[in-house]
Amino acid sequence: MGKTTTIRILLGLLRQDPGGTVSLLGGDPWRDATRLHARLAYVPGDVTLWPGLTGGEIIDLLGRLRGDGKDGKRRAELIERFRLDPSKKARAYSKGNRQKVALIAALASDTELLLLDEPTSGLDPLMEEVFREAITAERASGRTVLLSSHILSEAEALADRVTIIRGGRAVETGTLAELRHLTRTTVDAETEHPVSLAGLEGIHDASLVKATTAEGTRLRCEADNTALPALLRQLTGAGLRTLTCRPPTLEELFLRHYADQPARPGPVGSTPQQAPAGSSS
Amino acid sequence: MTVATGRTQPGPSSRADRGRTGGPGSLAGTSALAKFALRRDRIMLPAWAYVIVIGVCSNAYTFARLYKTAASRASLATTSNSNPALLFLYGRLNGDSVGALTAWRYGVWAALFAALMTVFLVIRHTRADEEAGRLELIGSAGVGRHAPLAAGLTVAVVANLLVTVLLSIALPLFGLPLAGSIALALAVATCGLAFAGISAVTAQLTASARAARGIAITVLGASFLLRAVGDAAGASGPGWLTWLLPLGWTEALRPFAGERWWALLLPVAIFAAGAALAFMLAARRDLDAGLLPDRPGRPAASTALAGPLSLAWRLQWPALAAWAAGYVILFAVCGAAGKGIGQMVGTSGALRTELTRLGGQSVIVNAYLAGLMLLAGLIAAGYGVAAVLRLRAEESGNLADPVLAGSAGRARWGLSHIMVAVAGMALLLAVGGVATGLGYGLRAGDAGHWVAGMLGGGLAELPATLVIAGVAAAAFGLAARASVAAGWTALGLAVALSLFGPALQLSPWILDASPFTHVPHLPGGRVSVPPLAWMSAIGLGLFAVGLAGLRRRDIGRG
Repeated sequence: MGKTTTIRILLGLLRQDPGGTVSLLGGDPWRDATRLHARLAYVPGDVTLWPGLTGGEIIDLLGRLRGDGKDGKRRAELIERFRLDPSKKARAYSKGNRQKVALIAALASDTELLLLDEPTSGLDPLMEEVFREAITAERASGRTVLLSSHILSEAEALADRVTIIRGGRAVETGTLAELRHLTRTTVDAETEHPVSLAGLEGIHDASLVKATTAEGTRLRCEADNTALPALLRQLTGAGLRTLTCRPPTLEELFLRHYADQPARPGPVGSTPQQAPAGSSS
Repeated sequence: MTVATGRTQPGPSSRADRGRTGGPGSLAGTSALAKFALRRDRIMLPAWAYVIVIGVCSNAYTFARLYKTAASRASLATTSNSNPALLFLYGRLNGDSVGALTAWRYGVWAALFAALMTVFLVIRHTRADEEAGRLELIGSAGVGRHAPLAAGLTVAVVANLLVTVLLSIALPLFGLPLAGSIALALAVATCGLAFAGISAVTAQLTASARAARGIAITVLGASFLLRAVGDAAGASGPGWLTWLLPLGWTEALRPFAGERWWALLLPVAIFAAGAALAFMLAARRDLDAGLLPDRPGRPAASTALAGPLSLAWRLQWPALAAWAAGYVILFAVCGAAGKGIGQMVGTSGALRTELTRLGGQSVIVNAYLAGLMLLAGLIAAGYGVAAVLRLRAEESGNLADPVLAGSAGRARWGLSHIMVAVAGMALLLAVGGVATGLGYGLRAGDAGHWVAGMLGGGLAELPATLVIAGVAAAAFGLAARASVAAGWTALGLAVALSLFGPALQLSPWILDASPFTHVPHLPGGRVSVPPLAWMSAIGLGLFAVGLAGLRRRDIGRG
């Protein structure tokens, strides 16, 4: 909710509420729209194309509308990687193929910012992988990517900073590490003796299991990060054999925040180390 | 990537078998779909029927009023049957009763409209729904594989039945004989039915609704041309051409002139054969697939396609080319029909008054040609409104976003389609003027003089068309949601005031509201520059208002 509206405001297609402020690449997206647009490439969530033009024509057209120099090699390489037939008329493309056209046009540009609104919603898993590789490469080359997605594993794999938008408000913002810091670690340990958790604060969902193969017990629990030192002392005291600690996935973070709240949430992720909407990069 | 889950699906062979044998379930859900389709068409369908019926009735009324005596009708019949241009436009006039005149003047055209209506209906409920993915959703419910096609054909039958009933009731009210009225009604409706069969087949051929519609309308255009050429060639020419395709059969029935009822069998047979073929083809193809392959296009854009203006031109030129072709045919033929117009008007004083009012002058040929230029102006304004409103269609189809997300500003985007609209109107008016001058000049002599004169007459309409297109543009900038209604309303008012205002003898104050009132009546009239200048200024001002509004408002579907 609110992700697409945010992006349309950033593009200067909609005016923001009078009370709010918005700035993009150091400019005002409404007033400086044309100047800013030369520095960004946009992929909408629901890609519609001119039915009578071919995919190849649209890729070229979008690039020229942005004022790009023609980089034929990069275009050809992307078309190859995404396996797009550029000579087909847009009316014959499936949703995934329309998405590819917009993605190739954006990725083939040399703009400093990519604005992607749920860019993988029509792609099959293979193409999703190609997309992730491409974004990782863009990120490594120093481009900023603003990725709006409700696929949490995608945001987790690609984003350095995450903003969670819920009901039109940004409720959480920070690097993935920062978000995780506020939360718990999943601990899975095997010990010789049963561990006593009595007197420990901040341990949740603990379960003790008798191991079947070797003698000993197995503990699985969620620990607040502040409780980790005390828990580790207890584990070593009980004769620690194996230990797995895992940070929570974005999905777990997310569900923990909102499991009991009715509104449908959605995160916005961005890379590299730059804040997304509302600040310059 | 598609993953099949769940129970085994019937393979293609068993599906085809089921289709071929018709299967008990293949039509399941037809009546529900047909009812739903009729609900979706509850505005469009009556509007088409209304236009067709009103057109026929107004001709019956006009002929009864303008040609009161048998002698005046007989002289009209003699002149019109010896005028190739009129034979081309309307066909042969059989007999000289008011009914015969009505059937001559509007029978073929009503049949053409019924055919158009039917093509739109059938494609809309078959291929268009399939292309949009709606049939996939419907097909997954308890609906047989042939039900959508059957429902589309049902709607077509209902629509043409409606036309038949209305015409059969309405024409006798104007004093025409019942048998002839029913014959004319059936001639019109069965032509519609024949095109239901034809468009049912074209809907199976192509994957895009646009192309399916295009092929069916091409067949319709060919029918008109074959009939027109066959008729215009006269008694010694290749009259058999009129028998090849549906529109000619409308004449073959001879309503009000010794009806040949058996001629109804031809279009009905086409309907039956087309429907049967369509069901057979539908059974042999997959959903979303067409039988004709989609032609591949350019894998890269030409260097010309580089900005909003070239995109607007690319999107709009095919339609403009079609309009221009229509202008060439219509105005060349109408211009040619101008030779002998004085003779034809002949003894009908009422018609003479009507023509001189419309054309604004007393020399009958000049009045006729000036009336043609008014028509060219009104139609060009209609093109202009459609071309400007393409902006709205692009916006609500989310196709404005990719252009505006590039570094083209809103004003440049808006201006691109407005420029195409203005250039298109100017082109159409020039083509209309030249074609009229050529058509008339080649028959009356001194073609060079007439071409130059009529070119000026056509272009003199441009300022007035700018005003109408300007209203659409201003509305698009200020209140996008109302822009479609506003543009067409402005055109409708101008058409009503220009065509019917003089006859109704409305007050000059009201007539002045239409920009076309201020256009000089050419040829023959006096050219006064100031009205042309201020109308151009108003038109350009309205465009500017639209662009200023566009820069201020939100962009989107809403």
